[in-house]
Amino acid sequence: MGKEDECEAPQFTIEQFYRFLSEKKLMAARCIKCGTKYLPPRPICSNCYSRSLDWIQLETRGKLITYTIIHVAPPRLQSLVPYAYGILELEDGLRLPGMIRGIPDNEIRIGMELEVTFESAASEDWPKWPMYYFKPPR
Amino acid sequence: MLVKGKPLVAVVSAGLSKFGKMEGFTGRELFIEAVGDALQRCPDINLRKDVKAVFVGMMSESFEHQGHIAPMLADWAGLLPAPAIRTEVACASSAAALRMGIFSILSGLYDVVLVGGLEKMTKRSTLEATEFLGMAADFPFEQWTGVTFPGLYALMATAHMHRYGTTEEQMGLVAVKNHHNGALNPKAHLQREVTLDKVLNSRMIAYPLKLYDCSLISDGASCAILTRPDIAGKYTDKPVYIIGSGQGSDSLALSQRDDLTSLRAARYAAREAYEMAGIKPRDIDVAEVHDCFTIAEIIAYEDLGFCKRGEGGRFIEDGTPMLDGELPINTSGGLKSKGHPVGATGVAQIYEVFLQLTGQAGKRQVEGCDIGLTHNVGGSGATCFVHILKGG
Ligand SMILES: [Zn+2]
Repeated sequence: MGKEDECEAPQFTIEQFYRFLSEKKLMAARCIKCGTKYLPPRPICSNCYSRSLDWIQLETRGKLITYTIIHVAPPRLQSLVPYAYGILELEDGLRLPGMIRGIPDNEIRIGMELEVTFESAASEDWPKWPMYYFKPPR
Repeated sequence: MLVKGKPLVAVVSAGLSKFGKMEGFTGRELFIEAVGDALQRCPDINLRKDVKAVFVGMMSESFEHQGHIAPMLADWAGLLPAPAIRTEVACASSAAALRMGIFSILSGLYDVVLVGGLEKMTKRSTLEATEFLGMAADFPFEQWTGVTFPGLYALMATAHMHRYGTTEEQMGLVAVKNHHNGALNPKAHLQREVTLDKVLNSRMIAYPLKLYDCSLISDGASCAILTRPDIAGKYTDKPVYIIGSGQGSDSLALSQRDDLTSLRAARYAAREAYEMAGIKPRDIDVAEVHDCFTIAEIIAYEDLGFCKRGEGGRFIEDGTPMLDGELPINTSGGLKSKGHPVGATGVAQIYEVFLQLTGQAGKRQVEGCDIGLTHNVGGSGATCFVHILKGG
């Protein structure tokens, strides 16, 4: 595939998910045939094997369903410890894991509302994806 | 056609290297120490003549910068030109080798095979080891976004505490029990008791998991010799039979699973193994379960049907899984105290149950045990194996 046709019709891929994220959009895929939703997107529905999919833009607010405070991290993230990390349940039960920022560790509670915020710059090195975080809603 | 409760294969011997920080030894040297141990326990076998294939588990090439290990291990074990294959499903890599060994015998192709596993981890720094182990998680949505391997189990622990009221003390009791057992195991990495106080006050790794909630980064290797059940008597008068083998899979990313407090792959593997063996959880006399973190052992009690969902915390509090309890669990010391050289762990569990069922477990011997179970988990639970063994 040439460089030109890449952006024409966004493929239902993880690369495209992160490209949308750089544009501050949280996008999931929906199977037109059976209605199953995918976050991250998949190019073929694992439920009915259909290739007819469309994009849905998700609300960025969700409910925290579990969390941890990480004190030992891999070398890339060791400068950030301790940091909070959790799983957010978004609309329709779709879930996204990520770092939690902007709230003291001891105020984090299961069930609290957080929202996805975007750091638009992609990493310079591989895998050249942006980061996102969860923060208390403004 | 499989018949319920009929032996799939016999285990005629098993071997283990010393587990621990084995300075000065590479993985292959530990592996042949395990093979030598198995040979000593089964002097009637002629390894070079009898063993027709080798299946070995190892998780990561990164630790020793060494790939293509299977033929190399066959060479060092003196088994050339026997075919050799490596299996990889994270921390369950050698249970996979065992299952492939079982399949190869059931296929009718081989009568005797060697299975095992290894990992040489301690020459790397903790940060490097954290990174290599983390590769078993889903890269785009777990590693990249900042979660670690202890972090994933911590997410399960927080969810389990929130939903069922499980406490840090109950998790701590798992560590206390396993260190008690490990202190009786001369091959264990850390052969010393710990107090609940020490566990609860150890440094935080990923809340609510503290240092003593985590298994050890260890070096070690394991092996077992499998034969067709009807010829086991040629090699030993005390064979152990594998009567059930189950395996299940789940999404690599924890966040994609419906339930964060239980492993579907483990429940699936357990059901398959119990059905094949024609037994119920209450028939188990002794078990080795995957306690990579203390919460993982509590979830294992529930997934294996030893207690109801949500009651794993009370199960340890009541003392049932203690060495002198009704169902002793992790008599070896488990991953927590015996150590967790990840690729070696699955067959190391088989080694412990083999010793128990043949009365060779020394100071930690459970009297009168006939049926044992092993439960080996890969990563945060995307893979799980359950095997059921019966004494001869
Ligand atoms: Zn579909």
